[in-house]
Amino acid sequence: MMKLKTILATTALAALMASPALAQQISVKAGVLNDRSGLYADLSGEGSVIAARLAVEDFKAAEKGIKVEIVSADHQNKPDVGSTIARQWYDQDGVDLILDVPTSSVALAVNQITKEKNKIHINSGAASSDLTGKACTPNTIHWTYDTYALAQGTGGAMVKAGGDSWFFLTADYAFGHALERDATEVITKNGGKVLGAVRTPFPGTDFSSFLLQAQASKAKVIGLANAGGDTINSIKQAGEFGIVAGGQKLAGLLVFASDVHALGLQTAQGLVLTEAFYWDTNDQTRAWSERFAKLNNGKKPTMVQAGVYSGLLHYLKAVEAAKSKDTATVMAKMKEMPTDDPLFGKGTVRADGRKMHDMYLFEVKKPSESKGPWDYYKQLAVLPADKAFRPLSESECPLVKK
Amino acid sequence: MFELLGIPPQALFGQVLLGLINGSFYAILSLGLAVIFGLLNIINFAHGAQYMMGAFVAWMCLNYLGINYWAALLLAPLIVGVFGVLIERFLIAKLANLDHLYGLLLTFGLALIIQGLFRNNYGSSGLPYQIPDALKGGQNLGFMFLPNYRGWVVGASLVVCLVTWFMIEKTRLGAYLRAATENPTLTQAFGINVPLLVTLTYGFGVALAAFAGVLAAPIYSVNPNMGADLIIVVFAVVVIGGMGSIMGAIVTGFGLGLVEGLTKVFYPEASATVIFIIMVLVLLVKPAGLFGRAA
Amino acid sequence: MADVLSVEAPAGAIALAETSRGTERLHRAIFIGLAAVLLVAPYLAYPVFVMKVLCFALFALAFNLLLGYGGLLSFGHAAYFGMSSYVCAYAAKNWGLTPELAILSGVLVSAVLGLAFGALAIRRQGIYFAMITLALAQMVFFFSLQAPKFTGGEDGIQAVPRGKLFGLIDLTGDRALYYVVAIIFMAGLLLIYRIIHSPFGQVCKAIRDNEPRAISLGYRANQYKLAVFVLSASLAGLAGATKAIVFQLASLTDVHWSMSGEVVLMTLVGGLGTVFGPIVGALVIVSMQNYLASLGAWVTVVQGVIFVVCVLLFREGIVGVIAKKIGRPL
Repeated sequence: MMKLKTILATTALAALMASPALAQQISVKAGVLNDRSGLYADLSGEGSVIAARLAVEDFKAAEKGIKVEIVSADHQNKPDVGSTIARQWYDQDGVDLILDVPTSSVALAVNQITKEKNKIHINSGAASSDLTGKACTPNTIHWTYDTYALAQGTGGAMVKAGGDSWFFLTADYAFGHALERDATEVITKNGGKVLGAVRTPFPGTDFSSFLLQAQASKAKVIGLANAGGDTINSIKQAGEFGIVAGGQKLAGLLVFASDVHALGLQTAQGLVLTEAFYWDTNDQTRAWSERFAKLNNGKKPTMVQAGVYSGLLHYLKAVEAAKSKDTATVMAKMKEMPTDDPLFGKGTVRADGRKMHDMYLFEVKKPSESKGPWDYYKQLAVLPADKAFRPLSESECPLVKK
Repeated sequence: MFELLGIPPQALFGQVLLGLINGSFYAILSLGLAVIFGLLNIINFAHGAQYMMGAFVAWMCLNYLGINYWAALLLAPLIVGVFGVLIERFLIAKLANLDHLYGLLLTFGLALIIQGLFRNNYGSSGLPYQIPDALKGGQNLGFMFLPNYRGWVVGASLVVCLVTWFMIEKTRLGAYLRAATENPTLTQAFGINVPLLVTLTYGFGVALAAFAGVLAAPIYSVNPNMGADLIIVVFAVVVIGGMGSIMGAIVTGFGLGLVEGLTKVFYPEASATVIFIIMVLVLLVKPAGLFGRAA
Repeated sequence: MADVLSVEAPAGAIALAETSRGTERLHRAIFIGLAAVLLVAPYLAYPVFVMKVLCFALFALAFNLLLGYGGLLSFGHAAYFGMSSYVCAYAAKNWGLTPELAILSGVLVSAVLGLAFGALAIRRQGIYFAMITLALAQMVFFFSLQAPKFTGGEDGIQAVPRGKLFGLIDLTGDRALYYVVAIIFMAGLLLIYRIIHSPFGQVCKAIRDNEPRAISLGYRANQYKLAVFVLSASLAGLAGATKAIVFQLASLTDVHWSMSGEVVLMTLVGGLGTVFGPIVGALVIVSMQNYLASLGAWVTVVQGVIFVVCVLLFREGIVGVIAKKIGRPL
């Protein structure tokens, strides 16, 4: 039913010609479930489907006798819509794995259903560190980033760089609270202190009152524990009230390249943020992003879209190695094999489902420093994977708890 | 330095001022709703969508035609107002003899269509719109840093509200309008073209919404959903004020903006709900609203 | 003030005038037909989808009871639907109640909520009533958003166990659960049918058509209105609670005002003030959302267009038109 853009990545003919050697052919159906019309459509959306297609292409699935079909759907950022689609995909449409799924609430729902139906979920879009914590399952891999890593990156690095007093603008819902909590922990651990926090109604449009409170706190850093439209509006209004010009720094705890693109450098300059991937990191990322942008109306990939590519590629490698798409076998292979791809380099998948790779701390360039469109970040620091993600010893995940 | 409930008075003044700024949006929007309701007896559910259209038209003027903010401030209400006139003529007028609730449902449907179309074309992440150069920067008032643009918003909306009030309460045209509200048949009999008056009134109410949209564009991001949630709050404002008087709508709008602003300081968690709580309290005491006539 | 939205819907008037034997026989035939369809549906269609349709159909039926027969347009029915869904999910998950008790607790809470909100709202009529219910529902929305301990905030309450009915029958499988939902739906429908055709229902219709007259005849209009409001809220709650068990999830979508708009649309499409209209409306709208999901924001546009078309040209709704054709209330 939800077979919207059913793309047969390999035609039957190609498969027939390519693999006379392989006796049995494995056919895999991957569902890209994300926001295609709402707030997160730019950072995931159709771009993630393109990324998935590129993964199939680069894996040369046809030559290896694996037939891959990609379907996609819009979950509208609503857990009920997302879980309905996921259920239907697994029950009716024979989908083997679900990719992407931004918005933590939807991700947690899909995570649950995937476990129930014993399929595979490789999450790239969602932030909640619960996916590999309290809510971890043997069926889910959390690929790209999480709240813990964002807090480590932005919080830890800012304190080290001298930003040792903080004031939070926290979106008043579970996700905002989680971001604030994780960041506070990191800040105090690194010797900084949190002067205060204000809970802003979610979703909000006017943040001036809260920004004024933040300004009055005289904190060196104003942490934005919010996402999407809230972040964009608060950054915009911070510019209006001359907050950055007044010497305070803004730290976005969840900001994507697509948000910076929407804000424009004039408004976003000086913002400090953490990402797992930036298109302009090395020759390989640049080459891939170039290909991607051609297919995506010139827009460069976000870390979420890059994560979908990398995740699906690793899955396909595991299927090839296991010569099967049995869930338990493939999951075991994925956790056993090291990951390696042009976008994230070498990495591993941990027992709790956490994909391990480095994270980067960036500062948004001034308009004068930018050489052209999409030239947005300068790199401030690299966080090695073992520092970026929550260590297993602190994990709440029942899979690894002794 | 003495403190007021734990907040230094300077900060409090700042917050009061910010509250007034938000109140100006409530005031213009509830004023538009009240004007439309007065004559057409329908609640214009599309008001939020029309507010959003105002912001978008300003954005389009700038990005497609190179028309600056000041021209857009006039042009956008005009364009959206004409759009409103067409809607009234071809859709709402068809419901004139039916229960007014059908008008509510119709405008609700229109709001869905407008918002959906803009979402399809421009996505939901919002588009940037810069503050006009003349209003960049701000004044240091001693107790707070007031961005020039915010000051302009309060001033402009106050003027618009008062001019509207004057037009309706003190001019001949306004007198016709009030007469048509009281008794359309009789007014028609006196040779006044009531259907035309109705159409123009709707167009004017819509233009007010669009004006608020243009004012909002540089502060908030221009976003297809910007009106959807705001309009519900404005409904509550209207219920609190009662639909009876123009002045009532203006005063309630600014007043509730103020109350909301103060809530943001003392108990930010409740700032989204405070208006609804006030609404319940007002309903318990005065079911017709603060300025409304009892039904 | 005449707040009668269904002036044109013929069903009410005709039903009042002649509850002829033929009509009764026709209705009985429809009930039997419906039961037969429900019996085989899970073999023909995806059971979860059918359950979704049934939940929304019950919700629309409850809404129609208030609007079509009470003449009151509530724009905040999501509050009862959603709140009950939260309570049911919470009870099933955190207290480990069996599904029937969890659903019951949801219904109870929505009844209490309906009583409180109804008492406030019925003091005003027409448009004011609509806006007051909308604003009250918005308070419920903000409460749900800001009470994460209870509602789970943005995440909602997830992984709600379907549990065992009466502690005996395992509902984990879709088929078993389906028949429970079908029975709940049929019971709800029959109850509403009874209410409409009872003396109480007749008085409600009289108040809807001419309130001052009903008052002058000695009926306490406000008490009747409040009673119908509470009944409608409880049944909306029943639908919401059942949905929570089916999808094992209670989320903010269910309390958002767009949900209130959707239920109005379903009722309008199917036929205001008709007995069976809301079922047809729910089927149409839910299928549309399902099959057009790929179109993204176009779904909103299509819904808006349906709204406008219904209001301008098609006020009787699908079932209303059929009823007119065959000359019998449906």
